Amino acid sequence: MEINTLQIILIFIVSGIIGMGSVLDSFQTHRPLIACTLIGLILGDIKTGIILGGTLELIALGWMNIGAAQSPDSALASVISTILVIVGNQEIGAGIAVALPLAAAGQVLTVIARTITVAFQHAADKYAEDANFKMIDFCHIAALVVQALRVAIPALIISIFVSPEGVSNMLGMIPEFVTSGLQIASGIIVVVGYAMVLNMMGAKYLMPFFFLGFVVAAFTDFNLVAFGILGAVMAITYVQLNPKFNMPKTVAVTSNVSNNLDDDLDDELD
Amino acid sequence: MENKNTSEKKLTKGDLINIWIRSNFQQASFNFERIHALGFCFDMVPAIKRLYKTKEEQVAALKRHLLFFNVTPACTGPILGVVGAMEETKANGADINDGTINSIKVGLMGPFCGVGDPVMWGTLRPITAALGASLALGGSFLGPVLFFVLFNAFRLAFLWFGLDYGYRKGLDMVKDLSGNILQKLTEGASILGLFVMGALVSKWTTINVPIVVSTLEGAGGTMVQTTVQNILDQLLPGLLPLVLTLFVCRLLKKRMSPILLIFIIFFIGIAGSYFGFLA
Repeated sequence: MEINTLQIILIFIVSGIIGMGSVLDSFQTHRPLIACTLIGLILGDIKTGIILGGTLELIALGWMNIGAAQSPDSALASVISTILVIVGNQEIGAGIAVALPLAAAGQVLTVIARTITVAFQHAADKYAEDANFKMIDFCHIAALVVQALRVAIPALIISIFVSPEGVSNMLGMIPEFVTSGLQIASGIIVVVGYAMVLNMMGAKYLMPFFFLGFVVAAFTDFNLVAFGILGAVMAITYVQLNPKFNMPKTVAVTSNVSNNLDDDLDDELD
Repeated sequence: MENKNTSEKKLTKGDLINIWIRSNFQQASFNFERIHALGFCFDMVPAIKRLYKTKEEQVAALKRHLLFFNVTPACTGPILGVVGAMEETKANGADINDGTINSIKVGLMGPFCGVGDPVMWGTLRPITAALGASLALGGSFLGPVLFFVLFNAFRLAFLWFGLDYGYRKGLDMVKDLSGNILQKLTEGASILGLFVMGALVSKWTTINVPIVVSTLEGAGGTMVQTTVQNILDQLLPGLLPLVLTLFVCRLLKKRMSPILLIFIIFFIGIAGSYFGFLA
């Protein structure tokens, strides 16, 4: 399919919103599940958008920004891979193949954008000297424009120059064993996301619950809702029964001595 | 109120709602120099406007909230609440200096990152996203909608109740925190997150090693092939994904970059398809 002018404008605006979502990390518009769906909606093939979004979402499950450390960028990857797959009438596997290099490129752009915004911070420092509330608000929100353009400009360029033949030619040059290899790899790559989450939790003594979840899933057909409820029940039971958390009740009626004991236990946990 | 000469300065409900809405844009000016510094100041603007009327006071307040700050964005609520309450006390004449306010802010960053990262990024988002993705893989529009609504409902509630709680409790919240509320929440969320993550490793990772180990003549003359994967599945379904996940955990701990690992797995996949040891 060809992209018309209205669609190009909509892609520019929506990918801007997706770019903002990527830095805000609040509404999650930058996640593949949402971003691919929105781009699919604009291009008139929402179903492909949703399926590609779901596939990429699983791959990106553990991509998160902790402190100042940046993860691979799901925003740029989702937007451009969806455009290429739908316009070029490609398989989901091809979408994955282009998404991952884009995630790496997006990560570089993110770092650049977050360095540029230092200038907005310094501008706000100056306005603070005059108690200029309006301009402080403006500096903060204007920094979002940098983040919006980070995704919107590449998306605009791609959607102007993309053509079904171009995409087919480009992706057609990739040999068959590579595309099937990438498809295989996409089923495995999800472990990187899982590993990122596991490491972030950093609670080695709670790892038995991870193995329990694994074994239950391996031998049953429970769906995710069932796992969520089972997990919540175990979490509540664990917290209720844990002697560490039951201390304070007795502390309240006794003395400071046991209070210290409780503090010691808390420290141990840290 | 108006007949009092020295009317007490107080944040209104509207101010709190304004701060709550603003806190959704906490990271708009995320920068590598001071991270959320401007974001925190932006959140505090309604409070500063309400509490301080002279320009000197306003300038001083703005400047003290333009210092380094960083926390999981969904956890800014309680910190904004406590700081708002402190600013209110200060505006009413209490002797609180800039250093005290800043050290409370800095002091709360650690505990709230400690609870925010596992709860938001380790539990809430993976679970809602995996739920959404599982529906999306079948092409259902419900997938993305469910993810968006569930995640944001929890997040917005977290922000509002945190802000409200922090503001009402003020510095008492710091005392509450020395108890174990945050620990309970972190541990509970970690258990839920780890349990579901274990299930995901088993259910949604696909590794298939089709190397044929033996070909036997089965009943009725049909040939039965046994592959490496058949043997592994009889042992424990999902064993390879589990081993691989734990191995990747170790590599990540050794500061290997996630994107590099992803590309390595890409090449393993391509090699596997070329030489036929993966399918």
